[in-house]
Amino acid sequence: MATTTLTPAASAYRSGLYAWLTTTDHKKIGIMYLINSFVFFFIAGLMVLVVRAELAQPGLQFVTDATYNELFSMHATVMIFVFIIPILAGFANYVVPLQIGAPDMAFPRINAMSFWMLPLGGTLLLLGFVTGGAAAAGWTSYPPLSEDRPLAAIGSGQDLWIVGLVLIGTSSILGAINFLVTIFKMRAPGMTLFRMPILVWTVLVTSVLVLMATPVITSALIMLFIDRNYGGSFFDPRVGGDPILYQNVFWFYSHPAVYVMVLPAMGMISEILPVFSRKPLFGYKAFVFATAGIGALGFSVWAHHMFTTGAVYLPFFSLMTFLIAVPTGVKMFNWIFTLWRGKLTLATPLLFALGFLSMFLIGGIDGAFSAAVPVDFALHDTYWVVSHLHYVLFGGSVFGVMAGFYFYFPKMTGRMLNETVGKLQFVLMCSGFNLTFFPMHELGLAGMPRRIADYSSAAGWNDLNMLATIGGFTIAASMIPFLWNVFVSLRSGKPAGDDPWEANTLEWATSSPPPPYNFDHLPEIRSERPLFDLRHGRTAGH
Amino acid sequence: MTTDSHALVPVEHSPIAGFAHDSRGGISNPVLGMLLFLTSEVMFFGGLFAAYFSVRANAPQWPPEEFRATLQILPLVGPATILLILSSFTCQFAVWAIRRDDRTAFLRNMTVTVALGITFLLMQGTDYVTLGSEGLTLSSGTFGTTYYTLTGFHGAHVFGGVIMLSVVLYRGMAGQFSSRHHDAVEGASLYWHFVDVVWILLFSLLYLLPGR
Repeated sequence: MATTTLTPAASAYRSGLYAWLTTTDHKKIGIMYLINSFVFFFIAGLMVLVVRAELAQPGLQFVTDATYNELFSMHATVMIFVFIIPILAGFANYVVPLQIGAPDMAFPRINAMSFWMLPLGGTLLLLGFVTGGAAAAGWTSYPPLSEDRPLAAIGSGQDLWIVGLVLIGTSSILGAINFLVTIFKMRAPGMTLFRMPILVWTVLVTSVLVLMATPVITSALIMLFIDRNYGGSFFDPRVGGDPILYQNVFWFYSHPAVYVMVLPAMGMISEILPVFSRKPLFGYKAFVFATAGIGALGFSVWAHHMFTTGAVYLPFFSLMTFLIAVPTGVKMFNWIFTLWRGKLTLATPLLFALGFLSMFLIGGIDGAFSAAVPVDFALHDTYWVVSHLHYVLFGGSVFGVMAGFYFYFPKMTGRMLNETVGKLQFVLMCSGFNLTFFPMHELGLAGMPRRIADYSSAAGWNDLNMLATIGGFTIAASMIPFLWNVFVSLRSGKPAGDDPWEANTLEWATSSPPPPYNFDHLPEIRSERPLFDLRHGRTAGH
Repeated sequence: MTTDSHALVPVEHSPIAGFAHDSRGGISNPVLGMLLFLTSEVMFFGGLFAAYFSVRANAPQWPPEEFRATLQILPLVGPATILLILSSFTCQFAVWAIRRDDRTAFLRNMTVTVALGITFLLMQGTDYVTLGSEGLTLSSGTFGTTYYTLTGFHGAHVFGGVIMLSVVLYRGMAGQFSSRHHDAVEGASLYWHFVDVVWILLFSLLYLLPGR
């Protein structure tokens, strides 16, 4: 291929709409990932507010049960596929090239394409609402429920759901290839693998998971599509198909996807904790190997979602699920001992990081608990599961996203977010979160099944449901200071300077926001903390 | 940017361009990208193959009674397989030719490869028509569904490969490739070999593996 000369854009952030729409700059693409993800976050959040309002009391007050099915199905689908996964990819897009001292991603145009598939895929998912009903078989869309159309609402929405997800999956795969090539091939001189920031390591392992797992759900979705539209019989037991087959292929992706949704958040936490405790990360190599361990074990636990089918080998999947708690526990020690005797600055990014640690710990313990087969049999498909998964994906991933957002906002915009408003948001979000999801443990133990629109007032679930609804609206309220903070800080926030946090890694060595192609000069890279070395005069031969 | 006397990388206006052909040696970015893409393709076909094995193992009889001999009537499968394997060889000859700057041999071999790919697709189309007239369709139970899904997705990949190779051929005729710049050729040929390997697996599975 001929070598072409690229013309640098005039200015990175004062550019017009056309420049944004056609950009291949990883920083602009990263910011567009964030914006797009937050838009879908608010859409899916509104959906679940309706769900919580409906569940506040027994009886059907606000929506029909058909609409309820659409709402909770699309809430989960949009949150997982168009919010958490892409927003973490967005942070990675922005930060990884900066952290490894690269001028851009390896394939900038493929990078732009990966992004643009997301608003398109997300819109296709939502289009069901105006074409006679969105997908309503849950985000898992198990056949025969998703094939036989026993629910009146399932029309073209389910097919749009499939097409949207295939598109989003393709975007993920292309993104993963891009990250891997970038990380393996574009590192600055001196940036050896074991000097890479932890976030880069987590993105590396995440990309491997995406690369190996996402195509499998693509195959599952395509088989579902063939069954639904062309008279196929992969999953139709009446003509020799096997519905359990779908569950296997589905979870072969969807369990590793849990790690796709949490590893980059763990990476951001691992950037934030050392900075705000003024210490290096405790046990860098242990953390790296734990991350790789989670990635490897992540492929051998999928059937713990299927214990009650009676079609999986319980001892194996139970054991592997317990095992995967070990590397996760290693990371807990990494984080706690990073904080231990550190000089803590309780700024908003650290607060959210601490929120991540404590909430994810609860979610993780829930997970290890449910890995025991008899426990799982009792708790399967109850609100316990809803509680567990939200402690991991909200208490973990979303708190991580917020921590990363407060941490990287100064780099992306050149302005600081307001600390007081940030802390208000944290208090509201953390209390609202626990108010919503802690009672669900209790509801699950009391036997309340998930995915129901109505329940008997005699079941004894009334108070806890009301509490969860109040919590849900508190979380929604915490978005007001968040949006206000972003809005005001963008206009009149305190100027950030290059390195407002006195951080350790290369992204803070360039201006805020960084120029096109990121660096004029790179500091010497002699450890995983090149900026620390620079500040403290440590160079070669220490 | 903090002042620093140890500046290592002076960055010019086109820093990306330099990275495409890594001066530090090793595998080039586009070829690595293609290898990773093929990894994802392996997993995609892995999902479809897993489905095939699963429904096959669950079936009381395979192939089912009414299609016991249906696949054996296809006269073109054997020749098509031979042609596709051959095209992998011509594709590799083209790669070796461009590596030693022999553009004539490169273009000749690439043309043959594209022609063989198109021939394979035509033969597969003919087979589909024959099978359709025998009553085997996508909706004839798990046998028909898996057969058409597996061969159909393989066929779609051959089609994609033919397009890829045609672009490479066109660019080759425009003189864009040399021994130093031919990542697209390497990438497309890797893809083509992958498509070939999938077919060898499919052929063994669908036509050679005895039923029960």
